[in-house]
Amino acid sequence: MTILQVNDLGITFGGLRAVDGVSFQVSLGEVFSIIGPNGAGKTTLFNLVTGIYRAGRGSIRLAGEDVTQLAPHLLVRRGMARTFQNLQIFFRMTAIENVMVGNHLSERTSLLADLFALPSVARQNRRTRERALELLERVGLAHHAETTAGELSYGVLKRLEIARALAADPKVLLLDEPAAGCNAVETEAIDRLIGQIAESGVAVVLIEHDMKLVMKISDRVLVLAHGKRLAEGSPRVVRNDPAVVAAYLGEHGAREADRAHG
Amino acid sequence: MLRKILSSRIAVLLLLAAMIAIVPVLAPSSFYLRVAALVWIFGLAALGLTILTGYAGQVSLGHAGFLGIGAYAVAVGPAKLGLDPLLSLLLGAVLCGLVAYAVGKPILRLKGYYLAIATLGFGLIVALVLTSEGAITGGPDGMQVPRVVLFGWRIAGVVPWYWISGGALLIGALLALNILASPSGRALRALHDSEVAAAGVGVDVAAKKLAAFVISGVYAGVAGSLLALMNGFITPEAAGFMHSIELVAMVIIGGLGSVVGAVVGAAFLVVLPQALTVLQEYEQAVLGLLIMVFMIVLPAGIVPSLRRLVLERAA
Ligand SMILES: Nc1ncnc2c1ncn2[C@@H]1O[C@H](COP(=O)(O)OP(=O)(O)OP(=O)(O)O)[C@@H](O)[C@H]1O
Ligand SMILES: [Mg+2]
Repeated sequence: MTILQVNDLGITFGGLRAVDGVSFQVSLGEVFSIIGPNGAGKTTLFNLVTGIYRAGRGSIRLAGEDVTQLAPHLLVRRGMARTFQNLQIFFRMTAIENVMVGNHLSERTSLLADLFALPSVARQNRRTRERALELLERVGLAHHAETTAGELSYGVLKRLEIARALAADPKVLLLDEPAAGCNAVETEAIDRLIGQIAESGVAVVLIEHDMKLVMKISDRVLVLAHGKRLAEGSPRVVRNDPAVVAAYLGEHGAREADRAHG
Repeated sequence: MLRKILSSRIAVLLLLAAMIAIVPVLAPSSFYLRVAALVWIFGLAALGLTILTGYAGQVSLGHAGFLGIGAYAVAVGPAKLGLDPLLSLLLGAVLCGLVAYAVGKPILRLKGYYLAIATLGFGLIVALVLTSEGAITGGPDGMQVPRVVLFGWRIAGVVPWYWISGGALLIGALLALNILASPSGRALRALHDSEVAAAGVGVDVAAKKLAAFVISGVYAGVAGSLLALMNGFITPEAAGFMHSIELVAMVIIGGLGSVVGAVVGAAFLVVLPQALTVLQEYEQAVLGLLIMVFMIVLPAGIVPSLRRLVLERAA
């Protein structure tokens, strides 16, 4: 079932068309990957879809309803959650508190109840903590629960962000380079985790530079270049698309060559 | 284990209660009690800023404005409107909340320096109004605050106000600790670290900031009322810029986000100037120097730094 429908989405920054008329659809339970060279507009596309940027054109439909102008915190209510390419962690809170904040929307207390510590607050805190611990277990971080997030390593924080996003109980989960900066073992864990999340019925939209990971777990792949759609299809089709090879892998290859030559 | 004890609600409240109980035993003179009562009162106002600045990370350079509104509520209410002083205190607190809501809604969209300057403007306006509306406020000369009569008992002298302000501080501390350990408190601390991530899990960032601003305004308002009631006299200086700066300094010197820190910071800035009067013309210079030294040696603030020291020793 289609859950997210993006139609002709676009935004310009001072003349630069960062995202230029992109359309795609994602169904529940599938892994939909977005790839493309650096600066292609992938993160900008996420920022549009999650309401951080106002779309200059186009529309976004979530579960059939138009959500194009909705603020980020309202989109979460409709079932959208994400992680960030440049970590956005609550560094001064513990790992479990980070995930507890992710549960914010399902917490049933009021400001006054919180001020006066009514019994409902203690009950809610207990429930939230239990849920957060389950999620930490699910991403393999239960042993870090009481550690301040600022003291955790990059690879751990990447998974912590996923746990926090899952706490919001999303129907659509957008992951912006979850394996970037992770070692092989951590990448493997994230690979398995994404598979499980999709299997549980969540639509996963994945931005990732690790081609091995993308080709392995994606149901469909969208290739962006200069803000535009270059190709879309199964991993196999995309990999063999001449335009993709030329634009994306070509640029990538050129960069690799640059690096090799120092 | 030690970490748990140091941060438990009960431990913090017991510590504050012990401080309040011990001062009259150690220093029973009315001069010392008055100074200590001022610490509790400014500590209460600083606790409001602990919620706004310490938890939620939003600065205010205008909170003396709320101090002034609370102070004049208990002066103007009984004198001009014939209201009961305690009712005036409550109405003053409500007024502070409403003003904070009206002022906070537009300016809390600003961040960092810009928010600081906007709140500064708010404080200046309150001081200006209190100074210029002489017919109601007595102008720059200030006005008398009528005595409180409770169940036929006329509350006068420093001793009852010492205990009342101490009690108010304890209640303020309890509420601040309650918030900290609640969904609202987590949301405030979260948006302090990353607004985009907080919004990304459904936190209504603007509403939460506004709530923190309103709560902190009410804290300062109640503190202002207590200040006026204890002194029996009030001038627009209560809403002055220096007081706003002092409140921020208290919260930072004591330790941003720490409940005990707010009180310790208040003690620092209330007691030290009194103690340093022996230095006469060097008083201000030495106070300034001490503030600098403390910030250099304990950059995280007095209480968090000491806490870390204790935890490291124990580990
Ligand atoms: N807020 C902004 N203001 C101006 N330009 C922006 C803004 N956000 C993104 N851009 C520009 O839009 C283009 C696309 O950036 P974006 O971050 O979306 O790329 P990306 O595909 O995520 O790249 P990477 O793989 O490096 O993460 C870049 O040229 C970037 O400089
Ligand atoms: Mg990016």
